[in-house]
Amino acid sequence: MERSEIRGNHKEITMALLQISEPGQSTVPHEHRLAAGIDLGTTNSLIASVRSGVAGTLPDTGGNHLLPSVVRYTTAGPVVVGQTALDAASTDPLNTIASVKRLMGRGIEDVKSLGAHLPYEFVPGASDMPLLHTCHGDISPVEVSADILRVLKTRAEQTLGGELAGVVITVPAYFDDAQRQATRDAGKLAGLPVLRLLNEPTAAAVAYGLDHGSEGIVAIYDLGGGTFDISILRLNRGVFEVMATAGDTALGGDDIDRVVAQWIMQQAGIGDDAGHGQLRHLMQLARAAKEALTELPATPIDVSIDGVDDWSGTLTRAQFDELIGPLVQKTLSPCRRVLRDAGIRTEDLQAVVMVGGSTRVPLVRSRVAGFFGREPLVDIDPDRVVAVGAAIQADILAGNRPDDDMLLLDVIPLSLGLETMGGLAEKIIPRNTTIPTARAQEFTTFKDGQTAMSLHVVQGERELVSDCRSLAQFELRNIPPMVAGAARIRVSFQVDADGLLNVTAEEQVKGIKSSIEVKPSYGLNDREIETMLKDSMAHAQDDMEQRRLREQQVDAERVLEALEAALAEDGDRLLDAEERKVIAAAAAALQLAGKGSDYQAIRQAIEGVEKASSDYVARRMNDNIRKAMAGHRVDEFESP
Amino acid sequence: MAITLTESAASRVKTFLESRGSGVGLRLSVKTTGCSGMAYVIEYADEIEEDDVIFEDHGVKVFVNPGSLVYLDGTELDYAKEGLNEGFKFNNPNVKDECGCGESFNI
Repeated sequence: MERSEIRGNHKEITMALLQISEPGQSTVPHEHRLAAGIDLGTTNSLIASVRSGVAGTLPDTGGNHLLPSVVRYTTAGPVVVGQTALDAASTDPLNTIASVKRLMGRGIEDVKSLGAHLPYEFVPGASDMPLLHTCHGDISPVEVSADILRVLKTRAEQTLGGELAGVVITVPAYFDDAQRQATRDAGKLAGLPVLRLLNEPTAAAVAYGLDHGSEGIVAIYDLGGGTFDISILRLNRGVFEVMATAGDTALGGDDIDRVVAQWIMQQAGIGDDAGHGQLRHLMQLARAAKEALTELPATPIDVSIDGVDDWSGTLTRAQFDELIGPLVQKTLSPCRRVLRDAGIRTEDLQAVVMVGGSTRVPLVRSRVAGFFGREPLVDIDPDRVVAVGAAIQADILAGNRPDDDMLLLDVIPLSLGLETMGGLAEKIIPRNTTIPTARAQEFTTFKDGQTAMSLHVVQGERELVSDCRSLAQFELRNIPPMVAGAARIRVSFQVDADGLLNVTAEEQVKGIKSSIEVKPSYGLNDREIETMLKDSMAHAQDDMEQRRLREQQVDAERVLEALEAALAEDGDRLLDAEERKVIAAAAAALQLAGKGSDYQAIRQAIEGVEKASSDYVARRMNDNIRKAMAGHRVDEFESP
Repeated sequence: MAITLTESAASRVKTFLESRGSGVGLRLSVKTTGCSGMAYVIEYADEIEEDDVIFEDHGVKVFVNPGSLVYLDGTELDYAKEGLNEGFKFNNPNVKDECGCGESFNI
């Protein structure tokens, strides 16, 4: 290839090589800001940039655009990233880290649940973050990702002839705060100026210029090497809103290779006792056959592996389609689910975008076309489309585009809120709010003389905190003592362009402040988010009743507490024994009802206490007024 | 004199124009900024301006404003690859010295 010959041409002084600008958009020398988009994938990673107005991925010196997301750590030598590392995966599995994206932002507990599929040795880290034990030392998933990013950074800087001024890194739409923060940290660690993180389906839509329309709904079908994602996005006034996502974290091109490999084994009479190396060789043959069948109606397969009898045969497209049919079919039920969750029909879609190398398989294309009733968009290389979209965003964010190119906005996937009395979740920022955003709400104290307040930040759609996900907890202290309900605490939620949350609580009288940056130590996977969203819909009625019950219970507690305080203060003085008995009975009834689950019974019991103590309350009020006026003349209280 | 394009430059311009989907050719000019006084400007041309001087080489039209032509006449536009980096380069006989970066020059 031409590219591999260029080395000899290398000059002593690197001169800037100019790119063509749009009319009137050329920058002053040295001021063109180099920007790139990065698709940090589970299986492969890519980097793309806009040059001479055209966005494209950047190849390495060997002409390869895809960098396998595999990192190998060695005792003394340098860290190896990419194909060379992948080649060593079978001989040095413990020191060769693949699919690290699945571990980003996960806690050690989450990782254990994934553990069965991962051959690595985990050790607990200082925080909740698990570390991978390698011969190079204990390494965090963030560091592994940073090693991949460093290689891409060097490639881009050599290609573009300068330092990167800004990059956009893509993440799955279902990534939560912890996973996004981990991705951002990896960028920082690699020395990349991360302008923002962008949802992968959004990036794919941008690559196809779907953001130029004013509104519309699009589906992004992403079948990669090991994962499947389907997202429904709604474009509205320049904002892509994620309406629904679903998928399968263990379904992809590797599974297609596996069924083909099994077919070859069956045909060639290879038993299940084949060794690891033989299986790997078979997987390579299967993969080659799959790729050949994208263009051809049939492909020859020749097995000549050590320790196995030679075999030659042919796999036709029809046989191949039959083998992989069930796998392709498996992607359609999540498709059906997202349509239902988004409340739309296939006719409502403006476009279906294909992402991921496995969407090259003709059967995948035809089944997807059949399901959605329209031909999917496939013009842009499905391996590169996400990186290309990210590059276009990076170029705009770096300021290299005319102003009329609108900046794309994202939305938060799940509502963010605070725990209030009774374990209720008060939503401060509802889901699908465009980011960056800031919202504030005032809260107050629950008890007389309360000087501290515990703030519990939660994420989710449910009414009860116990059904939401806890993100962080912090305290506001030194609140001046006041009667319950008099203090004014302003709580502000701020979400930046990457979806990261900052919560501040400020007492309004003295201006005492406390805040927290939410970097949760573990994450949710797409299935959990999906479950959380689905539960919130399924349990809407339950939740409402639960909320009503908890509200009444909190009210009951407040009433009982106030009554007790009053009785202790002046109950003996203002009440006779009989009156006291009546009030005590009503209070006991309320206490009992408060423990039950009938909100109407609690409300009635509260009314009962209020009725029983109404004379007492009136007497207290008079008594207080008398006390306040003692020693004063009545006319002092009249308005002048 | 004239403005010329090397074959590789012309073929790149054609590819870029094609994927851009519009434009009649290339517009070259100079700006009086940059670290050595003048800077090259290379843009897509969407329309021809009244006093444009038009050159055509290897099937690519190049539009130059007479004011800029004084500094550019005789220039050969080349497309070069240096390592992974690639882009356009001005081989300009009028230049006395240029800033090490190659983006700006002096006459």
